[in-house]
Amino acid sequence: MADTATLPAGGTADTARVGFLNRLRSGDAIAHLLTLAFAAVILLIAGMVVVELFRSSSEARHRFGWTFFVTSGWDPVAGRFGALPFIYGTLVSSAVALIISVPIGLGAAIFLSELAPPRISDALTFVIELLAAVPSVIYGLLAVFALVPLVRDYIYPFLHGTLGFLPLFQGPTYGVGMLTAGLILAIMVVPFVISISRESLLAVPNDQREAALALGATRWESTWHVVVPYARLGIIGSIFLALARALGETMAVTMVIGNNPQIAASLFAPGYTIPAVIASEFTEATSDLHLSALVELGLVLFLLTIVVNAFARLLVLATTRRGTARP
Amino acid sequence: MEKSERSLFRLVALGVVALVIMLHPSAVPAAGAILINGAGATFPAPIYAKWFDEYHKLHSDIEINYQSLGSGAGIRQLLAGTVDFGASDAPMTDEQLSQSKVKILHFPTVLGAVVPTYNIPGVTQELKFTPEALAGIFLGTIKVWNDGSLAKANPGVKLPDSEIVVIHRSDGSGTTFVWTDYLSKVSPDWKSNVGAGPSVSWKVGLGGKGNEGVAGLIKQTPFSLGYVELVYAVQNQMAYGMVRNSAGAFVKADLNTVTHAAAAAAKSMPEDFRVSITNASGRDAYPIASFTWLLIPSTISDTSKRNALTGFLKWMLHDGQRMTGALSYAPLPREVVTKEEKAISQIH
Amino acid sequence: MSRHHWRGFINALMFGLTAICALAAVFVLFWILGFLVVNGGRSLSLSFFTQLPKPPGELGGGMANAMVGSFEIVLIASAIGVPIGFLGGTYLAEFGNGTFPFLIRYTADLLNGVPSIVMGLFAYAVVVRPMHRFSALAGGIALSVILIPTTIRTTEQFLRAVPQMLREGALALGASRWKSITTVVVPAALRGVATGILLGIGRIAGEAAPLLFTSFSNQFWSRSLAQPTASLPVMIFSYAISPYADWHRQAWAAGLVLLAVMLLLNIGARLVLSPGAPRS
Repeated sequence: MADTATLPAGGTADTARVGFLNRLRSGDAIAHLLTLAFAAVILLIAGMVVVELFRSSSEARHRFGWTFFVTSGWDPVAGRFGALPFIYGTLVSSAVALIISVPIGLGAAIFLSELAPPRISDALTFVIELLAAVPSVIYGLLAVFALVPLVRDYIYPFLHGTLGFLPLFQGPTYGVGMLTAGLILAIMVVPFVISISRESLLAVPNDQREAALALGATRWESTWHVVVPYARLGIIGSIFLALARALGETMAVTMVIGNNPQIAASLFAPGYTIPAVIASEFTEATSDLHLSALVELGLVLFLLTIVVNAFARLLVLATTRRGTARP
Repeated sequence: MEKSERSLFRLVALGVVALVIMLHPSAVPAAGAILINGAGATFPAPIYAKWFDEYHKLHSDIEINYQSLGSGAGIRQLLAGTVDFGASDAPMTDEQLSQSKVKILHFPTVLGAVVPTYNIPGVTQELKFTPEALAGIFLGTIKVWNDGSLAKANPGVKLPDSEIVVIHRSDGSGTTFVWTDYLSKVSPDWKSNVGAGPSVSWKVGLGGKGNEGVAGLIKQTPFSLGYVELVYAVQNQMAYGMVRNSAGAFVKADLNTVTHAAAAAAKSMPEDFRVSITNASGRDAYPIASFTWLLIPSTISDTSKRNALTGFLKWMLHDGQRMTGALSYAPLPREVVTKEEKAISQIH
Repeated sequence: MSRHHWRGFINALMFGLTAICALAAVFVLFWILGFLVVNGGRSLSLSFFTQLPKPPGELGGGMANAMVGSFEIVLIASAIGVPIGFLGGTYLAEFGNGTFPFLIRYTADLLNGVPSIVMGLFAYAVVVRPMHRFSALAGGIALSVILIPTTIRTTEQFLRAVPQMLREGALALGASRWKSITTVVVPAALRGVATGILLGIGRIAGEAAPLLFTSFSNQFWSRSLAQPTASLPVMIFSYAISPYADWHRQAWAAGLVLLAVMLLLNIGARLVLSPGAPRS
């Protein structure tokens, strides 16, 4: 391998050929091609995932067509499979998670970026980001043994007693159910909301804050009316990322959702989500059609999270790249 | 070589060495250890776990790895060829059997019972359930514990005015098959609205994964009622009720009543051992009992696996049967054992 | 109260609320830790680390095979995922301006957000079905598919952070691109890259969903990588939903072990390897 590139003889086509050979000899082209090949593996993987998902779900797709998405009723014995309760459960549990985690996450992010001294902010953020590293099964342990009794013995009586006129909070409680699943999901996604919102808020230039203060606003007014809107793209991006995470969460949800494919108005009722049913039924699918229907659910989840993620990335990119939202 | 290249090289070499060490067990199999994989019913899982553990102590080179996933899974995995044998308390249907390239044999292993188990704070007495009550609860027509029909069957018990939290299986289950098979026999309403099967469209309730999951849910949920295999209720000290049988007597599930349930079937056991004994006749028969089967392919090409499995089956039919009582399963009737021993020769 | 005082009050109130939010988030970590330490700590014993699982209903037993199994599966996933991710990230950082690299980058980001259970479905179709068995290999492949996108992006990120001056300096001294990358750029970014890799490995080590139907489980030691293999996260799941109190205790103990490993990896990687490095 030559360590130095040989100087080309002259500015002709010869130069290009000699240059290429030199690059080849010096390993540059090999390096380029080698690393390119490995990088291209990602495209191969993505393609294979899509192909396999489509292939394995073909039986269900051809049998049910579009009605798959709008029918209820999951009856492996009769061979009837309707995805509606699972789509409903996935969306509702994620919605509950966002409703709980976004205000708290945004609040915490505001505190960490605007109010806390830098060292405390960094330390607390470090701890909060550790939460993102906790595996789903461990959140599941917390949910089953600590959260379920909490919901059954404290949260349910409180909500049922005060807001029981709303269909959302009617009906009996089992401890497990949509609300419990939403709660543990909220706990799981809050670190993402906090982390990304905090960075978006920190990226807002100081002169914005100072301008507001100079005009007589309080710290809070400056934060809420100037800084937060400035960072709104990143904050919304964080919400979408949190949503994507919540949609796909499996283990913790499976352990506390109640495993009942039904659409109920009450948050205390048990439900089912797409990841939970795949985890529960996949190894036990009793027919090819059953397996195929489960894979089709997986395909739906795959496409859903891709779309949400793509959107989220665009938003976060818009903020951190250009540093600001358009005011 | 540059210093950094050298360290990179060392790192890669270390990785390769690590990988070789990891692959070593497979490169040199430990002294002919035979690993057999099975999956299926949670109904007999405790006795199977005990058996495979004991058998491994006797034959340290044979490891039978059984995963209790539910009867549906066992059948599925067997048909897909991802396990060497399956286990189910719902006998395979003709349609399922036709899906297999190799003929699949059913070998009954033990007799078990499915019991209605409940968790009612403040109620310590044993409850009596009529067939109509059970069907009503699971159909959702009987919603509260102090419903008239339950109160009538249980005079003297103060049943609370709370909603019954129904717990059923969320997976494909032989236990569910036994339960719904029984309900279909005793309730025309049930038969027409829901039917029997390893997995049905439940009208009400929460789903638990496996017998273990259902028992776990019931233990944690006050005012709940579900169905589990007897040993799960016993092992977890859960209350379970008596059921009225076809002769009109309320019987509690135990070795005696379960054995009685199989008495008639034992005499007229079909060649392929597929039979249902729910709602059996006889004053002492427990109405929700069932055989459970190991599903073994009739052709096993791997000689060592074949010998290991047939050896286990022979052991199971004699020594294994002696261990059933301790775990609340009833042993197989003598006639069935004799018939099975002959059937083992069908495995080649 | 005057408008001025009202605004001041709101100011204090809102910031007080945000402080509560931040503390609540921090509290959760200590809640989990406390719960596992109190409940799991009691069940940790030598037998937990050295014994195989016992049949249900029998006390005792441990998760020795699950710990080794997890190690094996993660090792397979890393052996596949780290080289591909690292080299792919190198490509994006060093040669990566244009539509093709953009495509790769975007695909990696999208794959990063795909739920792990979908990757399990993929590995089932591509490895378990053709092989007709569950295996540590299938589990490892499922996890590697999750590891690769993460590794590509973090590697790229840290390589890009190396100042252009270093690259140009190497080139000016006559080194080829290849030489400058291997002898100058990569060593300069090695700490950060290693951090990213360790964090990625930490993430897949805790995954259970993709292993449910790929590596499955096993009560015994797995004698080869082509056999079903027990893993810690899957054991935690099965034991937690069972009705046996003894299994619950073991689940908490296993949870404590898993969490300890996760936290050590994360804290170690971040504090020791790259203090003050940009986070993804």
